[in-house]
Amino acid sequence: MKALLAVDALSLSFQRYSGWFRRHAVPCLNDVSLTVVPGEVHAVVGASGAGKSLMAWAVMGLLPANAHLSGTLNFDGLPLDAERLAALRGKCLALIPQSIAALDPLVRSGRQVRWSARRAGIAAHRTPHIARQTLSRYGLATDVEQAYPHTLSGGMARRVLLAMATAGDADLLIADEPTTGLDPCNRQRVLDYLRELADAGKGILLITHDLQHALTVANRVTVFHAGTTLETAPSDAFDGQGERLTMPYTRALWQALPSNGFQAPARERTHEEVLSLA
Amino acid sequence: MGMRLIARFTARCGRLLLVLAAVAVAAFSLIQASPIDPVDAYLGPQVAQVSPEQRTLIAERWGFDDPAAVQFVKWARNLANGELGWSHVYNAPVSDIIASRFRASLSLLAIAWLGSTLLGFALGVIAGSHEGSLADRLIRLYSYTLASTPIFWLAIAVLLLFSVGLGWTPVCCASPPGMLRADVDWLTRLHHLLLPALTLSLLGVAQIALHTRARMLELMRSDIALYALAQGATRRDIAWRHGARHACLPALTLALASLGELFGGSILVEQVFAYPGLGQATVEAGLRSDIPLLLAIALFTTLFVSLGNAFADLLYRWVDPRLREEVRP
Repeated sequence: MKALLAVDALSLSFQRYSGWFRRHAVPCLNDVSLTVVPGEVHAVVGASGAGKSLMAWAVMGLLPANAHLSGTLNFDGLPLDAERLAALRGKCLALIPQSIAALDPLVRSGRQVRWSARRAGIAAHRTPHIARQTLSRYGLATDVEQAYPHTLSGGMARRVLLAMATAGDADLLIADEPTTGLDPCNRQRVLDYLRELADAGKGILLITHDLQHALTVANRVTVFHAGTTLETAPSDAFDGQGERLTMPYTRALWQALPSNGFQAPARERTHEEVLSLA
Repeated sequence: MGMRLIARFTARCGRLLLVLAAVAVAAFSLIQASPIDPVDAYLGPQVAQVSPEQRTLIAERWGFDDPAAVQFVKWARNLANGELGWSHVYNAPVSDIIASRFRASLSLLAIAWLGSTLLGFALGVIAGSHEGSLADRLIRLYSYTLASTPIFWLAIAVLLLFSVGLGWTPVCCASPPGMLRADVDWLTRLHHLLLPALTLSLLGVAQIALHTRARMLELMRSDIALYALAQGATRRDIAWRHGARHACLPALTLALASLGELFGGSILVEQVFAYPGLGQATVEAGLRSDIPLLLAIALFTTLFVSLGNAFADLLYRWVDPRLREEVRP
């Protein structure tokens, strides 16, 4: 199937000044590659600080000016440059942010969903209808529309963010840690919504550090480590002792889960060792 | 809900009375400590024609021999009855002077306040949403320059330029000389008001613009702005939808808390433009030792500034829902 999003050999570094004039680059991502096809939930799993969110921001074009990108980003078969990104953001590419601090505390939730729909190019007179429809799809009653974000529970706020991201009916949805801080019930609920969206033909890039729960909805899993993608495996490869996984790091990650033996790796491996084991 | 509102209102009024009482004591003590002699001030140039015996008689009759505390209580009791005293400078009741002078100053203060708040806010939002741009640098330069310019100097400069040099605006007063205020139409009044109001409004612009800008910068770097950008919003969209809402909190506080400064500025501006407002009356009362008028103006400005602050608190609740008390049935 044709890829919706194709990230190929993406590298990212930040320009920084040390002292007054000396400039040096801080590398953050190195040779990141993955694809998302319509109808799949593609989980990106890795430790905190591995660069998962940076990749999401790079795809959305939200990096600060001192970021230096190389490699290719294709969306729907065409290169995703700054100009095209500006036209597609919100309309074809949408983001569910990591933190509920992304909600404006001074604006009623319903109005924020309407703004989001308007920004995605929906005609102004249709936005109230769309907003109500989207909120009710995620089980949020009309009184949530009138509520300010600080009066909502964490789970409800997360669903408002989900409604904002899907109000524009984007083809690709990047969910950046959408389940952090949620209780098991709400977590499964959010993951199920993402699965539903994928079944409806959207491509979902699910960024998480929770491999176990990502596997319940994901079609494929890409493992991130220290700024690079180690391997992409179908989620049914995460089975047994992980014999079908190619990278030792991925296998160790799988075996470290409480349900799979709870085995700690012999010792912390350096990044170079992880790569040389391949 | 109703009960709570009433309770809050009563508490606020109580606090206001306390502030007024404290200001009354402080102002009265300062006058007592000052070298002003009320009898001399009352007699004016005629002091030479009055014998020491007559002076003692006047002082005795007016109670200036009594201890300061007794004098204060007498004054405070009159004050409570609405009796502010007699101004010897204007030869009229103090309450009348304050009412008529404040009416003249009110339009000046209102235009200046509104102008500085709106202009400062707009400049702050524009500068803050385009950090580092040419507009931002110009606005910052303008604000820093303005913030360090003395208001009386600015008033003299614009007076020289627009009234004396270009002749666009009148040189002085609130109406053409020799005309009764009642006969002057509003257009002429506005014409006379224009330059002082403009000068006075420039006073508050810099502060409000810089504080608004700081809050805008914070917001433009926040998750809120980043997420709005991800939704496809433009910088201008973010600046006015999210930024203006967040930045209006510090702008409102500043605008209403600086009423005292505005009044202080109006004293200087009214003096330079010879505009017959409360500010000019303050200078007259001070220079010519009109104690009742001076004390009343001190209390009146306290009331004015306190009401401004109370109003800011009210608006805060209206803008930021997190500050409203949750009333759950």
